[in-house]
Order: sequence, then structure tokens, then C-alpha cells
Amino acid sequence: MTMISVENLNVWFGNGRDRVDAVKGATFAVKRGDSFGLVGESGSGKSTILRAITGLAPDWSGNITVDGNVIKGRREKTFYKKVQMVFQDPYASLHPRHSVDQVLGETLHLHGFSDIDARVVKLLDDVGLGAKFRFRYPHQLSGGQRQRVAIARALAPEPEILLLDEPTSALDVSVQAEILNLLADLRIEHGLTYLMVSHDLSVVGHMCDRLAVMKDGEIVEIMDVAALRAMKATHPYSQHLLEASV
Amino acid sequence: MTLLDVENLWVKFPSRHGVFDAVRGVSFTLGRERLGIVGESGSGKSLTGRSILRLIRPPGIMTADQISLEGEDLMQKSERDMRAVRGQRISMVMQDPKFSLNPVMTIGAQIMEAYMLHNAVNKKAAFAKAVEMLEAVSIRAPERVMRAYPHEMSGGMGQRIMIAMMLIPNPEILIADEPTSALDVSVQRQVLDIMDNLVKERGMGLIFISHDLNLVADFCDRVLIMYAGRIVEVCDADKLREAKHPYTQGLLNSLPRLDEPRARLEVLQRDPAWSEAPSVSGRI
Amino acid sequence: MSETQSLRAWLLTDTPTSRRHARYAAAYQGWLSFRSNTMAMIGLWILIFLIFVAIAAPLLAPHDPFEQTLANRLQGLNADGHILGTDSLGRDILSRLIYGSRITLFIVGLVALIAPVTGLLVGTVAGYVGGWTDTILMRITDIFLAFPRLVLALAFVAALGAGIENAVLAISLTAWPPYARMARAETLTIRSSDYISAIQLQGAGPLRIITKHIWPLCISSLIVRVTLDMAGIILAAAGLGFLGLGAQPPSPEWGAMISEGRRFILDSWWVATVPGLAIFTVSLAFNLLGDGLRDVLDPKDAET
Repeated sequence: MTMISVENLNVWFGNGRDRVDAVKGATFAVKRGDSFGLVGESGSGKSTILRAITGLAPDWSGNITVDGNVIKGRREKTFYKKVQMVFQDPYASLHPRHSVDQVLGETLHLHGFSDIDARVVKLLDDVGLGAKFRFRYPHQLSGGQRQRVAIARALAPEPEILLLDEPTSALDVSVQAEILNLLADLRIEHGLTYLMVSHDLSVVGHMCDRLAVMKDGEIVEIMDVAALRAMKATHPYSQHLLEASV
Repeated sequence: MTLLDVENLWVKFPSRHGVFDAVRGVSFTLGRERLGIVGESGSGKSLTGRSILRLIRPPGIMTADQISLEGEDLMQKSERDMRAVRGQRISMVMQDPKFSLNPVMTIGAQIMEAYMLHNAVNKKAAFAKAVEMLEAVSIRAPERVMRAYPHEMSGGMGQRIMIAMMLIPNPEILIADEPTSALDVSVQRQVLDIMDNLVKERGMGLIFISHDLNLVADFCDRVLIMYAGRIVEVCDADKLREAKHPYTQGLLNSLPRLDEPRARLEVLQRDPAWSEAPSVSGRI
Repeated sequence: MSETQSLRAWLLTDTPTSRRHARYAAAYQGWLSFRSNTMAMIGLWILIFLIFVAIAAPLLAPHDPFEQTLANRLQGLNADGHILGTDSLGRDILSRLIYGSRITLFIVGLVALIAPVTGLLVGTVAGYVGGWTDTILMRITDIFLAFPRLVLALAFVAALGAGIENAVLAISLTAWPPYARMARAETLTIRSSDYISAIQLQGAGPLRIITKHIWPLCISSLIVRVTLDMAGIILAAAGLGFLGLGAQPPSPEWGAMISEGRRFILDSWWVATVPGLAIFTVSLAFNLLGDGLRDVLDPKDAET
């Protein structure tokens, strides 16, 4: 039943005197089909956890299990078919010289699909863009449209888990609503499991079933969304965060 | 009392596809108050702020019937005279303090330089003044901060230092362009409180540019809502939640809320008529 | 008229309908922004003219560039059908200049192929792979950078023998390290960007990432740098020619022509000045072109 399990995770950057411990002893589990939020202020290590799961942060210790498979060393190709990520800034996550068609086509090619043309069109439909966006370049797209392309890229390998790193914090509120609705729809349609990072408690409250509050690299509290909405945090820091964001 | 009176401000950018009007016929006044300008990216809110200081770079063109600062029309001033206005009488705080501070100078040296540029004083007096300014923005160990370099500062600290620097010449108007967007919520509050105090104590006029409706509703006295280069609505900040214009309502409704959970968020339906309708005047 | 109108609209569209359409539209829009830069267009026209002259040299040259008429030596401008006069062996300077453009283009073209490609390879691999590979490759680059450029080229030519091909090799050998440094610096910033992380998460290998994702972004700034360096390369080739280590007589290489004319500079100033002006014009043209290309190709500015 458990889709993602993280036990006693430590992540650090640099060595010796320059060593910075970004995540310290983080433990949490996400059930299949659930949506789990990681909340905290900048520098609290919430995004680093996502990067450690995907292998983008190389130095970590502890146990990470994804769908029953223990993650060790280099990720297999099958891992990336199961786990995909959407980045924070849609202006930075698309190659400036690659058209939408190239971005999606290359991803599909790398995952060994053969019916690439049909799939590209299907993916663009899934994220609400449509085929007319297929041959555009990132600079011809708005922020919301770019984020839709990034979501389409993440959906291309037909993953079971999406890691969402502040997917709407660079967008306007009206566009944020569109993207959050899209993500909610996709989760139901494709039976996805979400692990979402955000600094915005109301976004996490809207999207997630459970959440972990992080401070200085440590998880200070794990609660469900009902407790969040009732403003009932047990840890003083989470309470403070709640009060600051209402 | 009116500090600033902007009448019929336009900002145009000529491009290959014709002239793009980024700001279209905006008029408003500013008294000794906190005036919020809200809108989405591309609504022209930042350009409006920059135009007041006549900081639109070519190929951009700005025109206005008048931008008068206590009766003096800034549009008539030469570039040289404008330099005396910028910083001295109208200051501006930007979104990211990291790009506004010189990375190779200590913070103390930068504040002192800014002070000595505007006032004929010796180093000792400038130092004392700098410490005083840092204390005014609630920095606890001002002497230590004076010796530090910008990269050693956190975002909230950097933004406070920027505000301190902007306040040295004792300007009449402070324009803050998304001053807290790069900051965490808990720090945001502190920076806002500092700005609030300064406005009250010194009787400054504040133009607060932001995309965050809730923040503006809480913090400002009066709000201009901009869409596609025009002001679509003007209202008192505490009545923002009862705003009439469908755009303002749409923005408010598209926000997820902890106290009112919804299965789906409302999506803003844009009406082309909004951008065609003439600007609402924000003049009193 | 309406046909050109619709072609223009087709090229300027924001909604391309096929891969080919998207590529043409992007190229056309780049060309439009390049065309609006008058100075760059002047540079481009000078270079097109140079290429035309080089191709049509036998048709354009009024005389045989190698034909010596000692009786006719050091004739002034516009004398006896020699528009730009004759040199110390009575050869027509204009004809030599026209044939010399072939040599100049040959040098420029070959160096422009060898140096940036070597630099790009070394720089991107060092930058992307990092670690020991980076250290070794960059120390080698540093060694080449530490030599004075012309001296290294001189030593190389001295070892291999004088001649235009060896001069090109020598110049390339000294020209690649700056490109490697530049490509590495760019790779380091590109490497940590989200779009590289995103493609890594699709399981792409380093070879694919370097060639398909990093190269396209480095190449534009390299092209700009190469065009700006072209002037220096022409001058280096001329310098080697001037020192007698580049093109050998009677080859009409522009640097060698200046070298020959030097002896008569006081009495017959045009013999050295005319090829000098030619070098100056072509160098300037490359610089203008490079400036214009930077505006079009630099991806950092293309965003706005």
C-alpha cells in the first residue's frame, strides 16, 4: 500500500568544513494514490528531499523505498518510468531552443515509445493545450502554458508518482487555479500519487491529504489536512506558520 | 493632501507587430497614505511605478498629461533634474535586494556613501546616521551588520537594509515594487510592519505594488486594480473583498482557502471587454 | 504581392503547424532582428562581397597576379591600367589583392572550423563531466593559454616548416583554449539548470545531454566569439606572413604583401597601404557582423 517510504533520510552538500546538512533524519510515508505535502520556509530542505529521491542530490543516507523497491546508487531506467518531477519555475525547466514537439518527442523516445506522434498530440490534449501548441518554442508560451508543457513531459512516461516542486509559485493566482485544477484532474484520471512541496499552506491544504511541516532540515510535525484546516497544529512552529499565512 | 498626481499615463513599446500599449491612460493621486497597485504579471503595475520616476528605457515611450509632485510637473523636468528627484524625493525598493546592493562593498560603506552623497557631512556623522537608520528598520546589531557583505545577509535582512538606504534622504514618496515577494511569510510580516511604521511616523506616501490581493487588502488604505494596462477598479482596501469588478472577484475566488475548502478552484474567465473599457480614475 | 504577404504571415506566425514551419519561422524572425542592425548588415555585405571576389577572382583580376614586369615596377595609383599601382616586381597590386582574398578566406574558414570545434569539445566535456576529467583538460588548456600566442605559432611553424597550411594549424592551435574556457563556463551554468535536471530524469546519458542540450546553447555564443576573433586571426596570419613564416612568395597573401611593401614605404606608400586597408576592412566587417550576431543569437537576450 505504501508508495513512497522515506526513513531517517539525511542529505548534505559539500564535504568537511563546507558540509551543509540540508535534511536531517526525515521520515515519512505516502500511500498509493495519496497526495502528500511538504511545507516549510525557504532553506528548510523540503525541495532537497525531492531531489534526493530522484537522484539529483547525490549525497544522502537513510532508506528510500519506492513501490517496494529500495533505492540504491544509480537509478534504473524503470525508476524514471515510475517517478517523474515537475519543477518550480516553468521559465527555467524548458530548454530555450527546443520546441514543445522536441521536448515531448525526446522524452517519449528515451522511454522507448514508438508511436511518438500520436502520443505527443494525446499528451497536449491531456494537459489542455491542444495540438496547435505542438511546434511552438518556450518563448512563444505564457508561464501557465509552459508549466502545462512541463506537466505533459512528466506524464509522458506514464508514471505512477509525480513529485511537484512548488509547481505554481512562479505563476499568477488565476493561472495557479488552472494548474492546480489540472493536477487534481490528472491525479484522478491516471491514479497518480503526489508528493508536493510548497511554501503556501493554502495550496497544500487544497491539494493534499496529509502534510509534513519542515524547519531547518527537520520534519517537526506530520498532520492531516483536517487538522490544518482546523488550525490545530501541535508544534509551535507549525502553529506560527499557520497563523502567519492566514 | 495630495503628494503626487498622475494624469493620463501611457507607456508604449513599439515592436515588429505594431505598438504595444503596456500602460493605457492611467490616472491616480497619492496622499499621505498607503496606495496599493495590484494586478497579474503583464498588467502594467510595475511599469506604472517606474514611470513615476521616468525610468522607462528606450525603445519604451512614456507620455502623460502630468505627473506632478507637490505641484511640480515631473514630465517637464530635464533628465538632470530628475536625478535630483530620484532617491531624494521619491525612492524605490525592488523585489530582490540581492540585485540592488553592491556585492563587493560592505553594507555600512554603501549606506554611508548614500548618505554622504545627499548630505555634506563627515564620515563619523554618516556612520552614526547609518547605525540609526539600521535601528529604525529593526536590525538588532547594526554595527555588526555594517561590517558585513550583502551575500552574508538573508533575504529579509537584505530587504530591510534596502529600505533603510532608501529612507536616508527622507523621501516624500516610497515606491515598493513587490518588496516582500521573495521573502518567507513570517519575515514578510516584519518587513511590512517596518514600512508601515515609517509611513506613519514620517508622513510619507507609499505606493505598494504587488500581485498578492490578500496582502494588499490587509496592508494598504486604497487599492488600484490593474488589468491589461488599465485601472479596472479603485476601492478602499478593507472593502477589496466586496469588489464589484468581475476581474477582481475572479482573482479573489481563484485563491485556494484553508477556511473554505473546495473541490475545484474557480477559474478566471477573461472578458475581452475588460481591456477595451477605459481606465477608471484613481484620483481623489 | 499578396503571395509575398501571405508568405510573410506564414513565417511570422506564432502558431506553426509543422516541424519545418517552426524552424523556418524561427530562422526568419532571427533574420528580421539581424536585418534591423544596420552596422551588422554592412559587415555582412562586405563579407559577401569578399566571397564573391574570391570566387570570381580570375574574371575580376585585370592582370595575372604573378606576372612580373620589372620595367614597370613601383608604379603609382592608376598608372598604365594598374588601378592600385604595381609592387617592387612590377606585379599588379589589385590583381594580387583579389587573388589574396582566396588565401584570406581559406585561412579564416579553416581556423573557424578547427579552433571552436576543438574548444567546444574540450570545454563542454570538462564542464559537464567535472572531477578529474575537468582538472586534466583544463590544465592542458591553461598550458596553451600560458604561451604567448604568436611565439607558440612561430615555434610550431619553425618545427613544421613555413607554409600557409602550417600557419593555419599553428593559429588554430593557439586559438582554441579561449573557446574551451568559454564553453566550460557556459556548461557549468547550463548543467545546473532545471531543463538539464529534467532530461536527466528521463534517463538521458551524458553524450545525449552534451550534444543535444548543451551544444545548441554554447554554439551561438561561440559563433559570436569566432566572428569577433576573426579579425585577430586574419591579423595573426598576416603577422606570420609578414615575418616570412606564413604564405611563401610569390603567393599574394595580404600580410606577405605588406611585408614586401615595407621596404618602399617612404617612396611608394601604396604598396604596403593597400593590402593593409584590405585587412582592416575585412577585420572590421567581421567585428560588425559579430556584434549583430550576438544580438540575434545570445539566448539570454532572446527571452525578452
